[in-house]
Amino acid sequence: MRYSHPIALALLASLSLAACATTQASDVPKPAAPVATAPFASTYTPRPSTPVIIRGGTVLDGEGGELANADVLLIDGKIAGVGASLAAPGGATEIDARGKYVTPGIIDAHSHLGVYPSPSLQATSDGNELTHPNSAEVWAEHSVWPQDPGFSRAVAGGITTLHILPGSGNLFGGRGVTLRPVLGARTVQEMKFPGAPHSLKMACGENPSRVYGSRNQSPATGMGNVAGYRQAFAKAQEYDRKWSEYRKKLAAYDAGDKKGDRPSPPDRDLEQETIAGVLNGEILLQWHCYRADEMALAIDISREFNFKIAAFHHAVESYKIADLLARENICSAMWADWWGFKLEAYDGIRENIPFVHAGGACAIVHSDSEVGIQRLNQEAGKALSDGRRAGLDISRSVAWTWLSLNPARAIGVADRTGSLTVGKAADVVVWSADPLTTYAVAERVYIDGALVHERGRDTTPSDFELGQTYRERAQ
Amino acid sequence: MIIRNALVAAAALLAFAAPAAAQSVLIKGGRVITNAGAPLERGDVLITNGRIVAVGANIAAPAGATLIDAAGKWVTPGVFAAMSEVGLSEISGSGAPNDASVSGALVSAAADAGRAFDPAATAVAVTRLEGVTRAAIAPSASGTVFGGRGAIVALDGRAESVFRQRSFQVVELGETGASRTGGSRTALWPTLEAALRDAREYPSRYRSGQGGAVLSEIDAQALQPFALGQGMFLVHIERAADIRELIRFALANPSLKFAIHGGAEAWLVADELAAAKIPVILDPMVNLPDRMERLAARLDNAALLHKAGAKFAIAPGPGSVDAHQARLVLQLAGNAVANGLAWDAAFAAITKTPAEIFGVGLDLGTLAAGRTADVVVWDGDPLEVQSAPTAVYIAGREMPLVSRQTRLRDRYMPKAR
Repeated sequence: MRYSHPIALALLASLSLAACATTQASDVPKPAAPVATAPFASTYTPRPSTPVIIRGGTVLDGEGGELANADVLLIDGKIAGVGASLAAPGGATEIDARGKYVTPGIIDAHSHLGVYPSPSLQATSDGNELTHPNSAEVWAEHSVWPQDPGFSRAVAGGITTLHILPGSGNLFGGRGVTLRPVLGARTVQEMKFPGAPHSLKMACGENPSRVYGSRNQSPATGMGNVAGYRQAFAKAQEYDRKWSEYRKKLAAYDAGDKKGDRPSPPDRDLEQETIAGVLNGEILLQWHCYRADEMALAIDISREFNFKIAAFHHAVESYKIADLLARENICSAMWADWWGFKLEAYDGIRENIPFVHAGGACAIVHSDSEVGIQRLNQEAGKALSDGRRAGLDISRSVAWTWLSLNPARAIGVADRTGSLTVGKAADVVVWSADPLTTYAVAERVYIDGALVHERGRDTTPSDFELGQTYRERAQ
Repeated sequence: MIIRNALVAAAALLAFAAPAAAQSVLIKGGRVITNAGAPLERGDVLITNGRIVAVGANIAAPAGATLIDAAGKWVTPGVFAAMSEVGLSEISGSGAPNDASVSGALVSAAADAGRAFDPAATAVAVTRLEGVTRAAIAPSASGTVFGGRGAIVALDGRAESVFRQRSFQVVELGETGASRTGGSRTALWPTLEAALRDAREYPSRYRSGQGGAVLSEIDAQALQPFALGQGMFLVHIERAADIRELIRFALANPSLKFAIHGGAEAWLVADELAAAKIPVILDPMVNLPDRMERLAARLDNAALLHKAGAKFAIAPGPGSVDAHQARLVLQLAGNAVANGLAWDAAFAAITKTPAEIFGVGLDLGTLAAGRTADVVVWDGDPLEVQSAPTAVYIAGREMPLVSRQTRLRDRYMPKAR
């Protein structure tokens, strides 16, 4: 079992899952229904690394702190120290970061790299199982093409962790997966972030009702969407109840109550398994939802069925309900300035991210784009400056939490990465200048303490790009 | 013509009667980017009656002129969005009307963006308050290889915003074009040649009953001026081999005018493009082999073209052109700088160069006496994502920095609630 239960429990605690207490009676083993996070186990191994000391940079620690002229020490793949004039072990590589900036790596909570890879062809359009509106049984990781050249471009932009989601054409799109952008990976398992929880992608709004409505199928309307969600959660509750009952009977049987045959388990249903995982808190819910009113409906559904929403994605109108999102402890993963491409994106404003932050809710800058993922730091810079122009007092170090700790929380890896905290993974970027500005570039990118990108050096090309004639010519 | 002369006289009188100074604005003490020489570190720009009348140091204010203190600020020509759909839809998707997108085969070359432009579209105000004052707008017809006729518009929201109607004709000569000629480039160039013949022989072959080889009558008529060299073909093309084919075609047809939109692999043929004097409107963020025709896309495309002396403007690439985010052209240019392009070349690529490519470079894109006064005052380097305009003038008129978005912002301002 690569999935570690202590981590899952820590997650539950950190996300204050209100649902747990009611769905899990004390005498029922948890989770009742199998969630099946064990198959396709991660085979990721950090690249070998030697100790590194990054000296004298301006450090944005990812938790909202800024240290001038500070050192960051990386040992055995972990952050071993952050502070002034740190002692480094003999043989440590010294990086002179004077005049430069040091941050935790950027975490993109919403990417389709691998499932909608380059080149974009019929054969690579692998992100939306648009055959039925509830495809909770599919897993994005089974569509990821490790050769997507987008992974190397993302690393060059300072990305060290990314969450790959299915598309938003279905009410239930399927499971998302958290990856390390491992260049040259042969399999998706080699990229999987060890122990990261699974997610379930759901979608509000125009997409599902357009896709299925145009086929004269449900959902064709907003009310059809909500009916679809509720019916599915009701079924999953029933599925979960059957498994609870089975486990109770089995426990009693094993404890010596040998009336009748040994109880046999209910049939497994992969769709139910995923949704039950959300009810049990083991699978984090990532919900594509643009409009404030639809987010409020989603929150009511979560109350009806006692589950937790980790984050709303796109969340173009989160600024209208920052108070509600803060109270519910739901993150919003947002663009800095996208708007107008459909009605549900019509009310987009440049201050969405800073207003959500100012309202006390968890703000995340996400990409949903193979281009945007390469410069999420600039998107945070836009949001920061727009917030300041609106009169909000936000520091650049706080703005960096939108790129690191907050997305780490939303995808359930905040105990392992997302800030320059001693003991966490040494996922570190050295920037040429203030990384919330346009001309800053990622000069050095470390994942688990290993240098995976150095500006000016060719990154490992994927097999797809290897040997292309233009590459030979460019070198 | 007595009546006409009387009107002219009346107009002149009106202009004369208005206090001249009341129409003067003096922007003082900013870092002035003129696009015509080195920046003025503490320069003044004087605008009178919609035109720039002086750029320099210590310009005396005419009596009654409005004074704008630009100390610590940047003063630049207005930004020119070299490819956009702004004003062609209020909302692009959701089944809302979208005039940029033309489906079916009724018209293609004849599609006419200038006549669909709505100066009151929300995106016009959203775009101009970020310093974009002009835009080339184009339709995307899909019936043939011709996308339709594009126009040049001012983003001042006034009724007469379209100041160059039918200025260019969009042509698809890459993968998209091939998809409309049987799925193959082998059919693409013969189709283009036949279409040009149809256009040149309009109306005779249509009147005679012979008809067009590939074009409907309405498209042949619309294409004719372009086929006769009276307008520019804006060719969407990405692959180096396709660009070479275009260069050969352009050399064989010297009366025709071409510019390239896309050009992801232009860096591979930079010298040839410079020699052929074919400008490229490129997207400096295109660096993925997302299409088979873009396998060699890279971030320093603009820097490499600049080094070779090829002319280029910066705008979203084909596939990224939209009605709402023309403002991002500043970030595009900034990222070209981050990837090796000189700042002045990058800024020119979103102001002066597009104005030149679209034939309005003598009036727009530089700050110099006699030019139309599209002037923007910024709180910092305009290519920096954290900067924003503090004042925007289009033809000398100060634009309100207000849009539907700023109204929503103000309604939901955290401190106000």
